[in-house]
Amino acid sequence: MPEELRVKGKNNNEKPIPKEHYEELERYIDSLPSLEGRLIQVLHRAQDIFGYLPRDVQLFIARRLGLAGAKVNGVVTFYTYFTEEPRGEYVINICTGTACFVKGGNKLLEEFENKLKVSVGDTTEDRKFTLKDVRCVGACGLAPLVVINDKVYGRVKPEEVEGILSEYRQEVLQ
Amino acid sequence: MKETVKVTINDKEVEVPREYTILNAAVEAGIKIPTLCHLDLHDLKMVNRTASCRVCMVEVEQRPNLAPACATPVNDGMVIRTDSLRAIRARRMAVELLLSNHPTDCLICQRNLRCELQALAKELNVREIKYTGKRNKYHLDTSSQAVIKNQDKCILCRRCETACNEIQTCGILSALNRGFDTIVGPAFNLPMAETSCTYCGQCVAVCPTAALTEVFHTHKVWEELHKPDKYVVVQVAPAIRVALGELFGMEPGTIVTGKLAAALRRMGFDQVYDTEFGADVTIMEEAKELIHRLENGGRLPMLTSCCPAWVSFIEHQFPDMVDVPSTCKSPHIMFGTIAKTYLAEKMGIDPKKMVVVSVMPCVTKKAEAARTELSIDDNDNVDIVITTRELGDMLKEAGIDFDKLPDEDFDHPLGESTGAATIFGTTGGVIEAAMRTAYEWITGETLEKVDFKQLRGMKGIREATVDLKGQEIKIGIAHGLGNARQMLEDIRNGKSEFHAIEIMACPGGCIGGGGQPYHYGNDEIVKKRQEAIYKEDERKSIRKSHENPEVIKLYEEYLGEPYYGERAHNLLHTKFEAKERI
Repeated sequence: MPEELRVKGKNNNEKPIPKEHYEELERYIDSLPSLEGRLIQVLHRAQDIFGYLPRDVQLFIARRLGLAGAKVNGVVTFYTYFTEEPRGEYVINICTGTACFVKGGNKLLEEFENKLKVSVGDTTEDRKFTLKDVRCVGACGLAPLVVINDKVYGRVKPEEVEGILSEYRQEVLQ
Repeated sequence: MKETVKVTINDKEVEVPREYTILNAAVEAGIKIPTLCHLDLHDLKMVNRTASCRVCMVEVEQRPNLAPACATPVNDGMVIRTDSLRAIRARRMAVELLLSNHPTDCLICQRNLRCELQALAKELNVREIKYTGKRNKYHLDTSSQAVIKNQDKCILCRRCETACNEIQTCGILSALNRGFDTIVGPAFNLPMAETSCTYCGQCVAVCPTAALTEVFHTHKVWEELHKPDKYVVVQVAPAIRVALGELFGMEPGTIVTGKLAAALRRMGFDQVYDTEFGADVTIMEEAKELIHRLENGGRLPMLTSCCPAWVSFIEHQFPDMVDVPSTCKSPHIMFGTIAKTYLAEKMGIDPKKMVVVSVMPCVTKKAEAARTELSIDDNDNVDIVITTRELGDMLKEAGIDFDKLPDEDFDHPLGESTGAATIFGTTGGVIEAAMRTAYEWITGETLEKVDFKQLRGMKGIREATVDLKGQEIKIGIAHGLGNARQMLEDIRNGKSEFHAIEIMACPGGCIGGGGQPYHYGNDEIVKKRQEAIYKEDERKSIRKSHENPEVIKLYEEYLGEPYYGERAHNLLHTKFEAKERI
């Protein structure tokens, strides 16, 4: 099989999936009153449990809901919310919407890329950070804007990036 | 009474049923609106109405935007213009935009002059590639033995997806990703060979471009034909003779059996044979196996096993039921086996030097021929499979004027066949052929009226009872894998009370196979092929497989008793195995 055909091969960062995660998902699916039209809901829950949606989990869901694997994968790859790659503990979203862009959002993005040594969309080797860009989170008054997990940082300057990152790095040391 | 509405299209008023789309109404009014992604196969109840190509845009009064005719329902008093400058330009632009991300290698494309996008570009007078920009470039998926997927040529009409999911319920193909990155492919964009695809080829049959095609073997056949030490025999399936003529401008349903034999001889095949001989042998085995199962409390219902896509479907999708189908090899594989044993012995030819080429209406037979268990001492029962379309290409390449060929006969001894074998090409045919023989074997009486009309038709699932002088045989028939799935689920749940079931993967049976001349959405063509099959059956002097003199001789001289004979059993039967499902 030509290797290049595998557009999305297995990820290097992938680790064995704990059995308990499957059991938790199974319990959730069993608790649903019907399986009709539940795919997106189940995918959401699965991503909460596993942190991402690896191939085996997608096929597991397909079997349980009686859907074709291709259909499930089609939905997973359609919505940007779903991810097939493991994400870092902290997901850093840099806004590159119009207002943030004008206020230097792209320079901010570059700074994060340099400091974390990853490209946008990727996860650091220690699986601590995933760097992403978003198009407007609806808080343009705070441009340029960075969201790390649920915490919002407004009017961020590139020179503040190191400080922000160290908050999360510190957490590990503590 | 059906509710109707009045609509006006280009100043012409028509009254049409309320559930019509603008496109349906335009057809009624005799006005042509170009379409591309749209496909409506009435008999199969397949409608692809994704409205993704925007080629059918029309103006609707009081609507600011143009509307896609294929997906916009009519309402009373609607005023539609298909011929305004704005509509004409919008339709042309839709094609120009498709072409901006489509290879322009039409001259060397497999679908050259058979491509619906190309035809549309001409029809809409596209004269330049107006928009240039980023183009997608993907890798060609040549992983499978039967189907090639060329994503670069995909226009995302999603007809293949509809055929694969709704008609065949295989669920192999789906749209993946979004926006400019959208592709159509298997889960995780796996290579086709790593999926549970049955290679039924219905995606190929409905693809408007060369995004999905069969794996081409014409060059291999030419090479073998010109090797001096090879003895190349060819066999043609029943469904070829009622379809090949279409490729040479003949009316659908024209029977070209005689010209077909003549054409193959002109191409240089050493012997020109008929898969119908293999079909007659199949009936000898299958009818006997059915009687064996009936008399000995064997697994019932017995399912036919002539269709390799169907066999692959049960292996992947119903792995717990692989003991249900008959163990018979498919007719062309039986033929290949007999050619490389009985015929080779008779003619004093080393079977290793014999090359068996099958001309099939089918894409999946290419994958079937490559199954390792269908070989003797590493010598495949069948070496090369080409489709009806590929044969048409080869005849044109060879400069054979098909129209002017005389009618010739097949060679013997493997060229004799009966009407029972002919009807293998249509849904309902295999089981009717089996009944003609089983009737006589079970009752010991002569069957006067050979037509079992209750088994015929185009309905997706059919049931009938055949009365064998007191013993009632309940027959089920399904064509299209979605219908097959329903049958299998009924069997699994104990709801089905059939004795015998015939299943063909392609809608209509082999006449509607994935390797047949393209029908371009006109399912009348498949019906005409079916009528021709029954006409050919009636024309035959012998219409029961067990009366084929050459088949009788084969059993007497070589195979022994059907099904029970040691050689018959070893050579003509196979086994199926449960496979993983992706």
